Amino acid sequence: MSSVEFQLNGQPVAIEADPSMPLLWALRENLRMTGTKFGCGMGLCGACTVHVDGVATRSCTLPLQGVAGRSVTTIEGLDPEHPLFAAWVEHKVPQCGYCQSGQVMAAAALLAENPSPDRQQVRNALSGNLCRCGTYNRIQNAVLGAAEVGHWEPGAEEEQA
Amino acid sequence: MNTVQLISRRRFLALTGMTAGGLVLGASVVGSRPGLAGVLDTAQGQSLNLFVTLSEDGAVDIVAHRSEMGTGIRTSLPQVVADEMEADWSRVRVIQALGDPAYGSQNTDGSRSVRDFYHTMRQMGAAARRLLEQAAAQHWEVPLAECRASQHRVLHSASGRELGFGELAQAASALPMPALDSLPLKAAEDFRYIGTGLEIVDLDDIVTGRAVYGADVVLPEMLYATVARSPWLDGHIASFDAEPARAVSGVKDVVELRAPAGPRGFQPIEGLAVLASNTWSALQGRQALSVSWRDSSHSDHDSASYLDGLESSVRENSGTVVRQRGDVDAALSAASQVVEASYRTPYLAHAPMEPPVATARVSVEGCEVWTCTQNPQAVQAAVAEALDLKPEQVKVHVTLLGGGFGRKSKPDYCVEAARLAAHSGKPVQVVWSREDDIHHDYFHAPCAQYYRAALDDQGAVQAWLARQAATPIGSTFDASVDTLDDGSLSQTFASIPFATPNLRLESLPAPAHARIGWLRSVYNIPFAFGVGSFVDELAHAAGKDPAQMWLDLIGEDRELDFSEEGFEYSNYGRSLADYPYQTGRLKAVLRALLEQIPWGEELPEGQGWGLSLSNSFLSHTAVASKVEVRDGKLRVLEMHGAIDAGRVVNPDRVHAQMEGGMLFGLSLALMGEISFADGQVQQSNFHDYPVVSLAQSPRVIRSHIVTSDAAPSGVGEPPTPPSAPSIANAVFAATGQRIRELPLRKHFTVL
Repeated sequence: MSSVEFQLNGQPVAIEADPSMPLLWALRENLRMTGTKFGCGMGLCGACTVHVDGVATRSCTLPLQGVAGRSVTTIEGLDPEHPLFAAWVEHKVPQCGYCQSGQVMAAAALLAENPSPDRQQVRNALSGNLCRCGTYNRIQNAVLGAAEVGHWEPGAEEEQA
Repeated sequence: MNTVQLISRRRFLALTGMTAGGLVLGASVVGSRPGLAGVLDTAQGQSLNLFVTLSEDGAVDIVAHRSEMGTGIRTSLPQVVADEMEADWSRVRVIQALGDPAYGSQNTDGSRSVRDFYHTMRQMGAAARRLLEQAAAQHWEVPLAECRASQHRVLHSASGRELGFGELAQAASALPMPALDSLPLKAAEDFRYIGTGLEIVDLDDIVTGRAVYGADVVLPEMLYATVARSPWLDGHIASFDAEPARAVSGVKDVVELRAPAGPRGFQPIEGLAVLASNTWSALQGRQALSVSWRDSSHSDHDSASYLDGLESSVRENSGTVVRQRGDVDAALSAASQVVEASYRTPYLAHAPMEPPVATARVSVEGCEVWTCTQNPQAVQAAVAEALDLKPEQVKVHVTLLGGGFGRKSKPDYCVEAARLAAHSGKPVQVVWSREDDIHHDYFHAPCAQYYRAALDDQGAVQAWLARQAATPIGSTFDASVDTLDDGSLSQTFASIPFATPNLRLESLPAPAHARIGWLRSVYNIPFAFGVGSFVDELAHAAGKDPAQMWLDLIGEDRELDFSEEGFEYSNYGRSLADYPYQTGRLKAVLRALLEQIPWGEELPEGQGWGLSLSNSFLSHTAVASKVEVRDGKLRVLEMHGAIDAGRVVNPDRVHAQMEGGMLFGLSLALMGEISFADGQVQQSNFHDYPVVSLAQSPRVIRSHIVTSDAAPSGVGEPPTPPSAPSIANAVFAATGQRIRELPLRKHFTVL
């Protein structure tokens, strides 16, 4: 047991815990930030995606000690004015919703790096974030909508209701 | 039969877990398909309804008694109430019900929330509206007929007066409940919310991470538990060493969870639980455990040889005839061409993104459970059985579900939490890892099918012989059951809508060696794959367009009834009078789909279109897929679906279910497979039990709703069955290679 200090959503935090414990459990159980979800524990599904120094990271496999002195952002800390939120609502993306905070965090990291991705870049960047409900089509459209890009490809400008 | 219940205000508050005040209007529902019953609590001067509460400030609370796992049901049913009530949707709050039989069935399963409760919800809203109009009429001393509710007000147009709902709440709640069966309901053209794509009430909370799912529940002094469970069916603990687990920092206890005698049902798999102060310690502790397990009669189960056995059985043996018409053998002898094929489909796991999780607290009064369940009343029953309580002593709070697909209507994980809480005296949250979820699911049944058909010289199908062997879900509740019941056979296999003059359907046994359960669309998955593939094979053998072969096989417009052919068709629990199986609607869905796609277009080499058609959960669905196969690499380019689900409450959520249901079908078609060796599941997580990713999802996925004013039917499951055969048929169109065994990744690299 030791203390690990890092920035969480802009605030300094110190956690007394096994430093090899994945960040996910520190967020959820020590800090009660439950927007970040457990899905697989192996970095395979993306439900636990957070930003570490701005980079989309799987918190379920990252040991707590790995964020010492670094800056962590969770869904709770994402700017409420981020256009992804409005886009997600406009496209009515979620079904069960469980994977969605991870999806939004992965999309936010993508847009920070590439403000105008095309559809293929969105598909590639988010392909590690699984959605069992099948909201993928709307995820793509929401990300492209948030990016306000004109890269809508002929025949693929989905649409639905 | 519905039962009238007198429900006090206190009881209403207890049912919903509400603490706020407010006046309650309406009635209570008992029975799985309620008509509705008026309830009045005159002692407190308040009318009570399980579903609608109106506060004096005008706020309306509507109870959602079904579980939200992604279908949007927490929005769709309340939007029906609000419409009939003329409530302003912006002033409606949705309250999640506790588990209680007073609501009728809460088992959110079988695609039946809207079809079973649409009418009830309309009556609930209409009753509330009537009381408000009556209260206004009395206040103004004018005839009721002159008063009309509109958007949270009651209007008296002759005098131009109006009163807000909140102002009328007190007076309305003092009135006796109107007779529900004679209440006027809105004409469809007056619907305000029904038929519109209102956004789901949980949308903001979901997007911002505030929504509460099963594992987000925290109780004071709560312990976290993981369980090492028997690796094979009916295994028992032989011996164990708990000391290495107890030595892990944070671990508080190691507890034996012995499986009870009797049917597996919803009771836990035998295991050894590690209780800890946090999830990580519980996981580390479990890893440190050493357990050995006694063999059972299933510890040598091998799924590949099991499926080989089933396939040989259906190819070589006659089975029990479940439906018969004409003389199949004579027609086969007289055929100008005989076509035969066998198909096999594997075990599947549900793999909802949120693994099972439940939190329980036990006191002298009973047990309280917080969990992501599709069926809170089943939680009550199973926990009561395990703890020797009455079901009403088990209070079940339903969180949002991170996906369900049928897994979370089986409350074994809730019983684990309850037993551990009872043992430890502290609240316990049982956490399932993904490996637990994959290893210890209620698996979708493996299945083998054999088809043999006679074509005449015109390419018309003169005989249809089909045999199936699929592991029965009934085995979970009675280990001696080894064949499908009529309800299972009613899922496509024995309900095929074909006018073929000669037909014989046979059923063969498939004894269970794993815990079997229902998964989204259940036996329609294998049977729609078998039927949908074989129709396509017949079309090619006859030199016909597959769409035309479907239309020819279905034949003229009529209402189907299989009773004269010896089959008791379940019709998903509804009477054929209420929900006739109309072939005209089935064909219309196929035609609607064909209008959405360039069916018959010239395609580059290596590309192909395929389609399939299905009736399930009283709805009709058709799916067409376009694939590309190059150098053994398969990519699904497009999926298009059409559905006739009768009247649609929220078309946006129906589109969402279509998109998701087709992708669920795509996932199982491309890569879904659980296998067993030495009685144990060979897969463990998303690397070896993959589900479709964004990169693998089709670039184009579209859905089309066939407009209908027929009674509402299922939506959550019907998009899935025709998806897999549409893809396999497209692969054939692209390559000439007929795939008769799923998943497709056994045969191609899936891109």
